[in-house]
Amino acid sequence: MPDDRLTTRGVAVRVQRGGTGSPALFLHGAGGWPAWLPFFEQLSRRFALTVPEHPCFGGSDDPQWMRDVADLAMYYLDLLETAYSSPVHVIGHSLGGWVAAAAATRNCRRFASLTLLAPAGLRVKGVPPGDNFIWSPEEAARNRFYDQRLAEAALAAPPPSEQQLDIDLRTRFAAVKFGWEPRWLDPALEKWLHRIIVPTHVVWGRDDKILPSAYARLWGERVPGAQVSMVEACGHSPHIERCDIVTEKVLGFLERVPR
Amino acid sequence: MKFTCFHLMPYRPLDLEAAKNYRSSWVVLPNSMYDPKKGAAEYDSYLDQLVYAEKLGFDVIGVNEHHQTAYGMMPAPNLIASALIQRTKSVKIAILGRALPIVGNPINIAEEFAMLDVLSKGRIIAGFVRGIGAEYHASGVNPAFSHERFHEAHDLIVKAWTTPGPFEFEGTHYRYRYVNLWPRPYQSPHPPIWIPSMGSRETIEWASVPERKYPFLVTFSSETAVVRYLNMYREVAQTHGYTASGSQLGWAVPVYVAETDARARQEAKAGIETLFNNFLSMPWEMLLPPGYTSIPSLKATMKIRTSLGGARNHTIDELIGNGTAVIGSPRTVLEKIERVRDQTGVENLITMLQFGVMPDELAVRNMELFASEVMPKLR
Repeated sequence: MPDDRLTTRGVAVRVQRGGTGSPALFLHGAGGWPAWLPFFEQLSRRFALTVPEHPCFGGSDDPQWMRDVADLAMYYLDLLETAYSSPVHVIGHSLGGWVAAAAATRNCRRFASLTLLAPAGLRVKGVPPGDNFIWSPEEAARNRFYDQRLAEAALAAPPPSEQQLDIDLRTRFAAVKFGWEPRWLDPALEKWLHRIIVPTHVVWGRDDKILPSAYARLWGERVPGAQVSMVEACGHSPHIERCDIVTEKVLGFLERVPR
Repeated sequence: MKFTCFHLMPYRPLDLEAAKNYRSSWVVLPNSMYDPKKGAAEYDSYLDQLVYAEKLGFDVIGVNEHHQTAYGMMPAPNLIASALIQRTKSVKIAILGRALPIVGNPINIAEEFAMLDVLSKGRIIAGFVRGIGAEYHASGVNPAFSHERFHEAHDLIVKAWTTPGPFEFEGTHYRYRYVNLWPRPYQSPHPPIWIPSMGSRETIEWASVPERKYPFLVTFSSETAVVRYLNMYREVAQTHGYTASGSQLGWAVPVYVAETDARARQEAKAGIETLFNNFLSMPWEMLLPPGYTSIPSLKATMKIRTSLGGARNHTIDELIGNGTAVIGSPRTVLEKIERVRDQTGVENLITMLQFGVMPDELAVRNMELFASEVMPKLR
C-alpha cells in the first residue's frame, strides 16, 4: 500500500484515494482502516473517494490531546474545510458514522450529504450493544457477520506480521479510547441530531449483533428527513457483507441528492 | 524479612462445575450463585484467620479489592480493614490495594484511609493499584485512561494527606474547588504506600523514583518473572542514582507448608488448582483490555506470563515447578524462599496461606506451621 498521507492542522493520517468526480469521504469503523474494498471501487467510479485512517488508529499520527469522539468530529470538520473547496458526501461506518454525525450536528456547511452505515453513538434504552470488548477473536468475527462463511474466512487468515500486529494493537487501543465508556454512545448526541440539515441516509444490517438494527429507527426519527434502508440477512458491516445491494442503495441515494 | 499474612477471601461454596459454563468467575458469573448465608460464614472464617495471624507473629495482615467476582469477596476492602482494627492490637493492616482509577472521586479513598489510620492509631499501609483488567469491565472506566487516572488520583490523595487544606485541585480527570481532609492521617507524613503489580516497566519506573521509593510487590508470577521484575526495580533505582533496599521489594505468593513435601502437595492441590483454574482464570480480553498497558508492555506480558490467562488446566506440579506457588515441607519452603531472596534481596514476603477452596482447618494449620517452622529462620 503506498504511503499516502493527509495532514490537517499538524495531524497526519494515512489515506487511500481513488476515482474522480464530486468529492466523497469514507470514515471507517472501530475495527480499523480497511483495505481498498469492492465498495470503495464501486464508489470511485462516480466520486473522488478518500478513505482516511482516523487519528490514533494504526499507522496514523496519535496525538495525545485527541481523547474522544468530539475531538475526532472537530478534526474532520477541520479536514473538510482545509482539504476540500466544495461540500463533500460523507459516508461513515459504525464509529465513523458516529464521528460523521457528531461533526454534522456541529456544522453541516461542508457536507453535501451524510450516509451512515450502522452508526454508533445512539442507544435505544433496553437494547444494549454487543460487548465486542469482551469477545474472543472468534466471537468477534462470528458476531460481525451474518454469513458465517465470511467469519470463517476472516478467522482462517494467517497471523499478522510483527509490524502488522503493532498496527492492529494501536487500532484496538484507539477503539477502546473512543468507544469504551459510555459504550459506543454519546448521551448528548440524540438531542442535537435535528441540526443535521443535509440529506441523510441510514443503512443497517437487519442481523447486526454489534449495534442492533433497532437503533436504525431512532436515527430515522431524530435526523430530519432521514431515509432508512434495512438490509436483510446482513451483519454489522453491510458494505462488506452485502456489497452489491448496499452499493446500489448508497449510489441511488447519492444520485438523488440535489446539487 | 517482614511477613504479611494476605487474604483474598474467595467464595469457596461456589459450584465450580456450574461456574465453568461462564467465560470467567469474574464480571459475568451470575450472582445468583452467591448465597449470603454461606458468604457470612466465609467472612467469619477469614476474619478469624487474619486476627490469628497477629498472634502467630506476622508483621502485617493484608486484604485487597476486587469487584464482581467469586475470586475475592472484598469489593470494599476498607470495610474489612475497619473490622480488623477492632479485633487486633498492634499488627499493621495493609490494604493491597485500593484500585485508584476505577473510582469517581479519589478524595473518598484519601478520606477512608485517613479514617482507618486514625482509628488504628497509625497501623495502616495503603496499597495503590490500577486493578486488573476485569475491574474495567466491572466499573466501566475506560482502560485507555487507566494510567493517567492512577497517577492523577495518586497525586491528589498524597497531596490531600500532606498539604494543609483547603486547596484547589485542577487535574485532567479530577477537579475539585475544595480539598480539605477531616480527619487527616495519623501517621506522618502519611501511611506507607505499597505498589502491588503483576509487573510492568511503567509501574516500576514510576514507583522507584527517589521522591517515592514505594515498595513494589510482584504478584502471582513464576520465579523467573519474580526475579526479573524485582531486579528490574533495582536496576531502575540505580538509573535514578540510588541503591534500592530490600524493604522496597516484595513478593506475593501462595505458600503451603506441611510435615513432608508429599503431604503438602496432597493437601494444597485442590486449593491451588482451584485458585488458578476456577477463581482467577479469565480470557485475555478481560485480563488485559487494550489501553490497560502500553503496547510494548502488553506484548512482553503475553510472552512471559504463563500463570494467568485463558488456561484452566494448571496443575500443582507445574505451579510448584515454575515457582508460582511455594509448597512443601518446612525445609523445602525455606529453601525456595531463600533462593528468591538470594537472587533479589527481597525483604517483604506477602504470603497467601489460604487459597482457592482450601478448608479452614488446613489453612490454619498452614499458618501455624509457616509461623513456627519457616518464619523464624528467615527473620
